[in-house]
Amino acid sequence: MADLTSEFVGIKSPNPFWLASAPPTDKEYNVRRAFDAGWGGVVWKTLGLDPHIVNVNGPRYGAVWGADRRLLGLNNIELITDRPLQTNLDEIKVVKRDYPDRAMIVSLMVPCEEEPWKFILPLVEDTGADGVELNFGCPHGMSERGMGSAVGQVPEYIEMVTRWVKANTRMPVIVKLTPNITDIRKPAEAALKGGADAVSLINTINSITSVDLDLFAPEPTIDGKGAHGGYCGPAVKPIALNMVAEIARTPELSKLPISGIGGITTWRDAAEFMALGAGNVQVCTAAMTYGFKIVQEMMSGLSEYMDSKGLTSVDQIVGRAVPNVTDWQHLNLNYVAKAKINQELCISCGRCFAACEDTSHQAIAMSDDRTFTVIDEECVACNLCVNVCPVEECITMEAMTPGTVDPRTGKVVEAEYANWTTHPNNPAAKAAE
Amino acid sequence: MSSDAFTPGIVPGRMAAEAYAEHFSDLHPRLDDHEALVAADRCYFCHDAPCITACPTDIDIPLFIRQIATGTPDAAAKTILSQNIMGGMCARVCPTEQLCEEACVREMAEGKPVLIGQLQRYATDHLQEQGLHPFERAAPTGKSAAVVGAGPAGLSCAHRLAMLGHEVVVYDARPKAGGLNEYGIATYKTVDGYAQAEVDWLLKIGGISMEYGKALGVDVTLQSLRETHDAVFLGIGLGGVNALGAEGADKDGVLDAVDFIADLRQAQDLAQVPVGRDVVVIGGGMTAVDAAVQAKLLGALNVTLVYRRGRDRMNASVFEQDLAARKGVRIVTHAVPKAVIGNGAVREIEFDYVDDAMQPTGQTLRLAADQVFRAIGQTLVGDGLPELDGRKIKITGAGRTSVAGVWAGGDCAAGGDDLTVTAVAEGRDAAMDIHATLTA
Repeated sequence: MADLTSEFVGIKSPNPFWLASAPPTDKEYNVRRAFDAGWGGVVWKTLGLDPHIVNVNGPRYGAVWGADRRLLGLNNIELITDRPLQTNLDEIKVVKRDYPDRAMIVSLMVPCEEEPWKFILPLVEDTGADGVELNFGCPHGMSERGMGSAVGQVPEYIEMVTRWVKANTRMPVIVKLTPNITDIRKPAEAALKGGADAVSLINTINSITSVDLDLFAPEPTIDGKGAHGGYCGPAVKPIALNMVAEIARTPELSKLPISGIGGITTWRDAAEFMALGAGNVQVCTAAMTYGFKIVQEMMSGLSEYMDSKGLTSVDQIVGRAVPNVTDWQHLNLNYVAKAKINQELCISCGRCFAACEDTSHQAIAMSDDRTFTVIDEECVACNLCVNVCPVEECITMEAMTPGTVDPRTGKVVEAEYANWTTHPNNPAAKAAE
Repeated sequence: MSSDAFTPGIVPGRMAAEAYAEHFSDLHPRLDDHEALVAADRCYFCHDAPCITACPTDIDIPLFIRQIATGTPDAAAKTILSQNIMGGMCARVCPTEQLCEEACVREMAEGKPVLIGQLQRYATDHLQEQGLHPFERAAPTGKSAAVVGAGPAGLSCAHRLAMLGHEVVVYDARPKAGGLNEYGIATYKTVDGYAQAEVDWLLKIGGISMEYGKALGVDVTLQSLRETHDAVFLGIGLGGVNALGAEGADKDGVLDAVDFIADLRQAQDLAQVPVGRDVVVIGGGMTAVDAAVQAKLLGALNVTLVYRRGRDRMNASVFEQDLAARKGVRIVTHAVPKAVIGNGAVREIEFDYVDDAMQPTGQTLRLAADQVFRAIGQTLVGDGLPELDGRKIKITGAGRTSVAGVWAGGDCAAGGDDLTVTAVAEGRDAAMDIHATLTA
């Protein structure tokens, strides 16, 4: 069993799996159950000023399902805590007292003025919490009131508020970012300038999950109307991974710790976020779908993976894939691959053929007896056949050996790396030096 | 006096009243909505799908399954029924494990094909239970066609002809339509009067009039039909039963399996259907299995199905063989009936064991039997029929016979498997050819 202990901005936890600020961390009862199940930490659901907000009394969630109603995406229109501030503070205090080894972060959202922050921060400090997370991400409801993503979408506000918070607390400050922007590096940079100890991302994505075609209303529907919600769950993971990587591979931001969030459902998802630079991860939808017990699989899976790689600390995973994230212009254009179909594994469904013939490069041949073979003269190695094939490992992309001739282009595959910046078709190409 | 499994002879009421409903309930209960979605999701939507090729009626299976998966089962039903107007019955009785589901790539990959038959039933039931008939007749052509035989071939032909604008008269010797769907298929495959419900639904197309109790050669002649109609389609099935070539085969208690199956289907009360204590069924096809399984379900103590060759040569599918075994039918192979023994009524039946070349091995088998069912094939009967090819009506192309203006399809026509789905395809294709001929 690998050592999973984690330290993120000085906050220790027995594993890198935290529950994100959300309904699962809304109150003492849930958080005790989470800690008993093994979660390394929680970000307590966002506190605000009294009078506490109210939620809708109709459906708060909408969903996108895959086969057999597997939940692939969830959106919500729930707001921050709808309980009195003192109730939350009291509960945070007793839970932290009873679970001193677990990370207790408190998510906060108050109006964009310094006074409310000055008011609430000492109250949180008094609970013994380990840190605060500034909710600059919530994209619905609160943003209409100038909070949440309304702050997160304006880098100047992020910097200003972060600075206020840092000036008024000794606790580590994590700034939670909204993905509802065009360039995630700008808000991250603002957080860094304001003195943030870390950023966490992504918060949820503006979304309408579906439309009721009888009511002609978006889901979830409240008395015939719907408002956009925040999208999360497995469907958002690719978006989140990219945003985490964008921050991690930007030199000016590379020292900024990241708490990775966005569709993390398994140990593997967590490891991928960490490999792209996340120091730890936060989970919500997976717990809301399957319950707190999933953390046991996350712990055993990450441990087994680390053991198999000879890793002794979770920090050894963090950022390892970052050097391999690059720009398109730096990809090696001399790398040539061809699809290869394993006839032993092929079940002759013909999906690769339909995809290639109808929508790609006409690079797969079909015989009368339904044998499918790649036409190397046409194959550009686009990978679509691999992606649509229902059988894992049946179609693979095989790199061509340098020195051999690519039958598609008639050119010898070069061993040397060469990218677009030096390509003759690039009007802006510079001669290789 | 009440009977039970041990009562000798051929008697009704061997079981408690409630056992009948349980034993003869739906073999495959219909998929519910969620089951259908899960089953539909397994379809890979193959390119030029092998299941379509394997279907005698060429139903676009991936398309209808995708229509189910996307919440439009009525559209799925229309996809099915436009190729196979009896898609509802075929969903119940097709040996899918030898047709579409055998060809399914998931059968190859995992040994678990997509449940094509059950999905087809889900869709067709969904449409038909609403009373919806999605086809309309074309403008009248002024032509009239006679269809002889209201079985799958005849009804399929009649529907297609009516849809194309022709007037159709269907003649059938029996008092009800449906043919083998009504009289020749095990009760548990088509429960709740589905065969008649399907006929009623099919006739909603309009333009088809039904003449029951009209047997060819008795009440109507081919000559008279040719004179009164522009085209004639023969879908008369196989009315005769092959004789048992064994000594003493005329003893009481030696019966035709097809009659037993028909009586079961027409019975108002299954507890009134008599069955032997020791039942022997001779044959290896679907009829043999349907008779054997139902004899067991009626409470017979011992049911043995005896076939002259190996199990691999049986016409009954592996699924049917396994069903029989699961229901408690003993299957004996490589045995040929030699003598039926008994004083007036059958008491025992003796078989010669034979090798793969059908040569007696010198060993024999005797089985106690108070009821013996012949299920060794049926034959075409009738005089004045078009030219035969062997024992069936010779056809060329889409069911054309040697007589001008007369087409044939289904079991009475040479070529093709004797399956409901094949009959439907032949009836449909003949109708298209008749239409082309009449409108040329």
